[in-house]
Amino acid sequence: MIRHLLISLAAVAASPFALAQPVAIYGETVWTGTSQGTISDGVVVIDNGRIVSVGPASARVPAGATEVRAQWVTPGLISAFSRTGLTEVSGVDDANDTGAASSAFSAALNAADGFNPDTTSIPVTRLDGFTRIAVAPQAQSKLFGGQGFLADTSGLTGSVFRERAFAYVVLGESGAQLSGGSRPAAWAALRGAFDDVRFFAARYMSHNEGNVLTRMDALALMPAVKGDQLILFQASRASDLNAIMDFKEQNPALRLAIVGADEGWRVAPRLAELEIPVIVDAFSNLPSSFSQLASTSENAKRLAEAGVTVAIVNLDNDSHLARLATQIAGNAVANGMDFDAAMRALTTAPAEIFGMTGLGVLAPGARADVLAWDGDPLEVTSAPSAVYIDGEAQPMESRQTKLRDRYRTIDESQKPMAFKR
Amino acid sequence: MQFGKLCLVAAAALALAACEAPGSRDKEDAGASTLANPFPSTYKPYPSQTLLIANATVLDGAGARIENGSVLIEGGKIKAVGADLTAPEGAVTLDARGKWVTPGIIDNHSHLGAYPSPGVDSHGDGNEISGPVTAEVWVEHSVWPQDPGFTRALAGGITSLQILPGSANLFGGRGVTLKNVPARTVQAMKFPGAPYTLKMACGENPKRVYGYGRGSTPGGAPYSRMGNVAGYRDAWIQAADYKKRMEAAESGAGDPPKRDLELETLAGVLSGDILVHMHCYRADEMAQIMDISNEFGYKVAAFHHAVESYKIADKLAAYGVCSSMWADWWGFKMEAYDGIPENIPLVHNAGACAIVHSDSDVGIQRLNQEAAKAWADGKRIGIDIPIEIAWQWLSLNPAKSLGVDAQTGSLEPGKMADVVVWSGNPFSSYAKAEKVYVDGALMFDRNDPANQPVMDFELGQPGEGDRK
Repeated sequence: MIRHLLISLAAVAASPFALAQPVAIYGETVWTGTSQGTISDGVVVIDNGRIVSVGPASARVPAGATEVRAQWVTPGLISAFSRTGLTEVSGVDDANDTGAASSAFSAALNAADGFNPDTTSIPVTRLDGFTRIAVAPQAQSKLFGGQGFLADTSGLTGSVFRERAFAYVVLGESGAQLSGGSRPAAWAALRGAFDDVRFFAARYMSHNEGNVLTRMDALALMPAVKGDQLILFQASRASDLNAIMDFKEQNPALRLAIVGADEGWRVAPRLAELEIPVIVDAFSNLPSSFSQLASTSENAKRLAEAGVTVAIVNLDNDSHLARLATQIAGNAVANGMDFDAAMRALTTAPAEIFGMTGLGVLAPGARADVLAWDGDPLEVTSAPSAVYIDGEAQPMESRQTKLRDRYRTIDESQKPMAFKR
Repeated sequence: MQFGKLCLVAAAALALAACEAPGSRDKEDAGASTLANPFPSTYKPYPSQTLLIANATVLDGAGARIENGSVLIEGGKIKAVGADLTAPEGAVTLDARGKWVTPGIIDNHSHLGAYPSPGVDSHGDGNEISGPVTAEVWVEHSVWPQDPGFTRALAGGITSLQILPGSANLFGGRGVTLKNVPARTVQAMKFPGAPYTLKMACGENPKRVYGYGRGSTPGGAPYSRMGNVAGYRDAWIQAADYKKRMEAAESGAGDPPKRDLELETLAGVLSGDILVHMHCYRADEMAQIMDISNEFGYKVAAFHHAVESYKIADKLAAYGVCSSMWADWWGFKMEAYDGIPENIPLVHNAGACAIVHSDSDVGIQRLNQEAAKAWADGKRIGIDIPIEIAWQWLSLNPAKSLGVDAQTGSLEPGKMADVVVWSGNPFSSYAKAEKVYVDGALMFDRNDPANQPVMDFELGQPGEGDRK
């Protein structure tokens, strides 16, 4: 009976509709991401899935609030670019829904259709502090990769909170390859596709055929072309970034952001002026391709100092190790980036790029995505000790922690290891 | 979004199917002792000063930590390490107050030069995938010394590194150990006296590339893990026979067999002159490889990647093999599915040899941070390893795996003065290698652009001489 009761309580606790109890999270350092700045000895109170108050530790907290103490308290981090949840094992085709090289479709591919909240990399990502992820498809059939989405990392059904949040389009060398072999071919395809959408009625009602896109792809691209949906371009070379900015000037209604942007620092003032945000991997400092000759570990710093909105991500392994963006941001600081700018690159900047209202900040009324840390979040030696998503304390367990706990001590004297759980 | 040159990760891309590397030596060729090494090292240390690095937190790499410590370098060698050293007459003193000093980091798994930047097809020289047994190739013949990646690694405190061929093959060829000094030729980078190494590979890569990687099924042997094992054993049988005939000829019984580059290398392993570095992810496969090595009488120096070493750390310790590991890579292929961030501390804790490796032109730039992550993850589960002990993962243990620990890998008198001065605790995201000395010669100074190498490829390109 008691056992039954415990199970019921556990079920309630895990449910998003659990009875709310306020939680007061105390931190020696509270980084808010708002005009409140960084508070020494602060407290964040959450209740009913929302942040109630953010202030000094001396502030009054509701009676009966659960107390949590940590070194640092920050908003839940947001990965501005990942493939997390689209693949269980990247190298196993059957378990990888990131891209579809043989698909007849492109812009219409809806990445959310491939999202599996049970993917084991989701708790791994959450345990290191990422509570929200922007997920992009791979562009493999055409330069139009399809529709990206936004999700939380609770691992629950319904964790996708915005499908078709952005259209993903690759330019540069990849776009050239996917378009037949050159940048001119990629731009012809891009402009042709936009015309297909603009003249949708004429092209698809009478002939059922566009110059570039199938009818379904043209329909899917329509919100982006109209400026109702963000277009996320992937490009690295300065000349490619300039071409994107030319395109923006010719089509002022478009809402754009750029991922990659390894040579972004060379065109930073123009990016700032056109208010085009960038999503960069601040580790990129090698001439890995002829599009990245001027890559530098100071790219993020220089872009931020020029007034560009900068988000920092891990582009090397974006499905299983998106969480390493904290290490990358810490290294950006080591290379001269302002600490607050680096923190914003993991919180407020992605929230701004994707229009995630009430996320990425610790502010009264904001959604209660909150992290308690055992140290400076950008230090490689730090990790969250507690993670809240919409006010819910998240399980700090993953398949990795289970493997770890099984093999923490190897002992087969009585039973095989397979009995240890 | 792009896996770039992380060749192990590129499970879906056959052309990039594999990665791993070699070692070098200047002794006579194993299994062909009448032949001198045809590609001898021409490396010579660059001029250096008598230098006292003073007032630093010194990790000597052998397990000691000295606060307010000093390191004295003379003639390109470590002369003394201690708390109360005084500068000899004529010595330069570097006041390193607030800074940390460690041995140079040694990455025993790199493909720099063989898969250089830019990663264009014409540069894809890291793996001779033409057959499952290519023990006859030497990766040094693929190393382009102008790879800008060497300079980035140097800025991360890498003073020596092993370049390995890729892991498509059962036997991928010889690796080579280099000093990380810019040079016009690879010979001028070869670590003097370092033994050669042989790259081997377990698991998915060989069977994928040869069994079903060529557009038809089956494409050829091996097609399965049991095919892999048959392939290893068959090659060792031939090598043992070659070695026997060679030794018989040396003792006057008949003519030596015709020289065979492949068998020369394999026989060199059997005679103990060439060290085996084996790409192997899964615990059960590592256990089988150890049995094979016992069958044929050689020893594996290190398992590379070894993401499941934590499952058999006891057996690895008993056999006496190093595990060369990432801090946290996992999930990119089936055999990497069980990777956990505590692998390195769990291996160390079992008394086995742990090494932090990169296999990446990005990761090699901050192996100190990779060690720090593993160290912190260990600490969180109660494995509290002092930093000065953990540093062995970065310098002394890789040096042992390459057979160069008598010359480098720790700050001990008489050893090469391969030394890094860090801006702070190198187990922090914020620390930078400020000065990097190779054999006592200053090869990188973060605060002096005149002491930062720029490779030919980057001259005249956008970003030449920029902060990297």
